[in-house]
Amino acid sequence: MKRTQSRALPYLLLAPSLVFLTAIFLLPLVQTIALSFSESGVASLGNYRRMVSDLNFGLALRNTFLLVLVVVPIQLALALGMSVMIEKIGRGRDLVLWVWTIPLGVSDLAAGLVWLAILQDRGYLNSALYGLGLIEGPTAWLTYETPGTLFLGVVLAEIWRATAIVLVILVAGLQLIPKEYREAAEVFGARPWTIFRRITLPLLKPSIQTALILRTVLAFEVFAVVYAIGGTNFPVLVGEAYTWQNANQNTGVAAAYAMLIVVISLAATAIYLRVLRVPAEQQP
Amino acid sequence: MSGLKRTVFWTGVAALCAWVLVPIWLIGLGAFGGRTGVFRWPKSLWPGDASLAALQTFLAVEGVWPAMVNSIIAALTCMALSIGLGAPAGYALARFSFRGQNTYRLLILLTRAFPLAILALPLTVAFIRIGLYDTAFGVGLVHTALALPFAALVSASLFQAIPRELEEAAWVFGCSRWQAFRKVVLPLALPGIAAAAIFAFVISWNEVFAASVLSVKNRTLTAYLLTVLAESPLHFRFAGGFLLILPSLAFIFAVRKYLFAMWGIANR
Amino acid sequence: MAEITIDGIAKSFGATRALEQIDLTVADGEFVALLGPSGCGKTTLLRIIAGLESATSGRIVIGGRDLTEVPTRRRGLAMVFQNYAVFPHMNVYENVAFGLRMQGADEARIKARVGKATELLHITPYLDRYPAKLSGGQRQRVAVARALAVEPPVLLMDEPLSNLDALLRLEMRAELKAVLREARTTTIYVTHDQTEAMGLADRIAVMHGGRIEQIDRPTAVYERPATTFVGGFVGSPPMNFLPVTIANSRLELPGASLPAPQASGALLMGIRAEDLTPVADGEGLPFDIAVVEPLGAHDLVTGRSGQTLLRVAAPAGSGHKPGTRIGLKPDPKRLVWMDPASGRAIQAQ
Ligand SMILES: Nc1ncnc2c1ncn2[C@@H]1O[C@H](COP(=O)(O)OP(=O)(O)OP(=O)(O)O)[C@@H](O)[C@H]1O
Ligand SMILES: [Mg+2]
Repeated sequence: MKRTQSRALPYLLLAPSLVFLTAIFLLPLVQTIALSFSESGVASLGNYRRMVSDLNFGLALRNTFLLVLVVVPIQLALALGMSVMIEKIGRGRDLVLWVWTIPLGVSDLAAGLVWLAILQDRGYLNSALYGLGLIEGPTAWLTYETPGTLFLGVVLAEIWRATAIVLVILVAGLQLIPKEYREAAEVFGARPWTIFRRITLPLLKPSIQTALILRTVLAFEVFAVVYAIGGTNFPVLVGEAYTWQNANQNTGVAAAYAMLIVVISLAATAIYLRVLRVPAEQQP
Repeated sequence: MSGLKRTVFWTGVAALCAWVLVPIWLIGLGAFGGRTGVFRWPKSLWPGDASLAALQTFLAVEGVWPAMVNSIIAALTCMALSIGLGAPAGYALARFSFRGQNTYRLLILLTRAFPLAILALPLTVAFIRIGLYDTAFGVGLVHTALALPFAALVSASLFQAIPRELEEAAWVFGCSRWQAFRKVVLPLALPGIAAAAIFAFVISWNEVFAASVLSVKNRTLTAYLLTVLAESPLHFRFAGGFLLILPSLAFIFAVRKYLFAMWGIANR
Repeated sequence: MAEITIDGIAKSFGATRALEQIDLTVADGEFVALLGPSGCGKTTLLRIIAGLESATSGRIVIGGRDLTEVPTRRRGLAMVFQNYAVFPHMNVYENVAFGLRMQGADEARIKARVGKATELLHITPYLDRYPAKLSGGQRQRVAVARALAVEPPVLLMDEPLSNLDALLRLEMRAELKAVLREARTTTIYVTHDQTEAMGLADRIAVMHGGRIEQIDRPTAVYERPATTFVGGFVGSPPMNFLPVTIANSRLELPGASLPAPQASGALLMGIRAEDLTPVADGEGLPFDIAVVEPLGAHDLVTGRSGQTLLRVAAPAGSGHKPGTRIGLKPDPKRLVWMDPASGRAIQAQ
């Protein structure tokens, strides 16, 4: 009696979360696939055809990829630098860490609004530029006619908001690496840069992998930041899905966009898992 | 470190702190500056005409208060459900070895590779049918899907860090499995679980896409702001953005001690 | 020339004083063992010499060069870490080659040196393996090989053989000694194991509570401990200490009269187990036998003389019985006298 009870216990404990994830993750996934491949109940590729032939599709695809390709590497480099700096701070480390991780709790919408306040026509950037005599008066940077600076604004906002998550994962990873490895390298004559490259970086690989997967998947979902800064001037994939769903009331095409994003995210994850693989025998 | 290196180093640290803090300061100015502040040219870095009036105006706008209440309901739902469902799962992962354990772990990790919020699209139909559509509770349910895997992983490692022997000692002294859990394990794991719960709250509080798709009238603050964004004046947007950020500052401060432990272990 | 001078080194971690005031000179090519109980500051001292920890005061001079401002990597030394610090992401070959690569050695030289070091430590079969797939003892030998491969002028070793089985440890000890002597490497070697220290070292420094209690040749440390602590810590069984009272510059025992270093008063008489000879009851010190442990080479006899616990190494098979009383005769040439208040040795005039 006691034995069967304790054998069933783990399953009883898992069951609620499993049921939940099935209902809110697996079923919707299947439904999204089904929705995207059917038009008024009939199997078809119509939704995908409409998605691809839409005027904004190419633009949204290009913008999203461009954003990910620019933002994610910068965030990784910046977070690596910051986590190395954190290691060197003695007193005040906790305070600095808190400040640097504040954006972790800031929503993408709020981050977009923050940078809107800075970059708008009469914003602080322009005030500074005006003060320096670089511009004559209020200047627009975030319109349809200035795609370059609009893109730059979105990049800044994304870096400002989402570097913190990479930082947290890397700092947590660094804390798991015993300091003796770096000390041993130093004793044998390695310079700081060599230690970083030959010891710290390889040992940090699992954390880098996690950070890149999380960050890249989220970066492909970029939407509210862009919307807050540039409105519809800068189409991105999730923004298009949102428009098709809410404005055009066409769930089929929205689902096609969702599937596209799922496929891209899975592909990116698979690439990271492969490229940054750490063989089991090389793990500490 | 030599003097010069030291100076460069601390300048870098200070610059990065400013990079985080100054934008928040600036949107704060925007939020408190009101209509006149927004059009001032050129702008000053100091709050010249800041007043609470601007924020009060924002809060008085129809729909803002209900949206905040909705946000809180959704976030509390997300927090309660992700811990309520995730912690038992974490305990099972930490304390038992059973068939299917790895499959479950894999499912949890797999959720990371999916854009979960976007998968809320087809839920609209189901939610309409069962009456969850356009409710804060429904939004909270979807947000739970985002926070639950994290909560399960974090609590699994929290429980793993508590020696099994402590629990066994309690059994020896006559506690039932449940009593031992409640009297020995739970008090030790509680701070970490509280941190995970706060994190779940933040995840929900900040989410935009699913919240916007699943509601029309009963919107959360983020969803509300997103819909009125295009037609609302700048100072209104800044006030909204600032109010979104404010709780985050406190939350991150509250969990700062557990942040790294949480992510360190959630990685493994 | 790689003479190490440790000059007035002290170290505090916040309120804890890990090292009080360490002065020690290790001659070029000399092998000094640091011996002491857990937590006495051995690792801390090594880390300060290596520059991994900065001393609260004092300086380290190697080969006439003050190293206080010199970063670890330019100190030109090699070290075996107490917890090995073998890089988990490099195989054995790469681990052992690491120091040489940092010196920019060419591939042929690296190969030769790695071959030599790994052969010495019997780890050649594992060259392609990663540390996760090695046993604790094998990993430790990789750490030693990594240090030996660079053929450093100064070698710091923190319990490098602690994880090996007794036989292998004996073998490694002999080989280490030969290699280091030949290369004239200045070595500081931390160990808990006093036979290891006695066997390997030119001199032993016994540490206790952040101080060096005594530094001398192994036999001198064994025979003439400078403090009761050293007498008790070095040697197995520990040295016996018997409180005695002196009158007229002599210690009177039944059937024996021994010269004492002071005219009168209380003293501690220190004597090794093998320097007490069992005699018939009524002669020498009265001794009540409590336990007899036959150890093979000799019998270890434990008992009491008055209130004091004594251990005696009696010849094997001498047939002593627990519960009986015998007499003990100390060898007058091998006595040490200690001041009972300070625990320090009193120099015989
Ligand atoms: N980083 C540190 N912070 C605070 N105290 C420390 C630190 N490192 C060492 N200590 C303290 O300094 C003392 C000496 O430590 P050390 O590691 O040198 O001992 P040890 O002689 O090597 O011991 P063992 O034989 O167990 O390795 C100990 O009391 C230890 O608790
Ligand atoms: Mg030590």
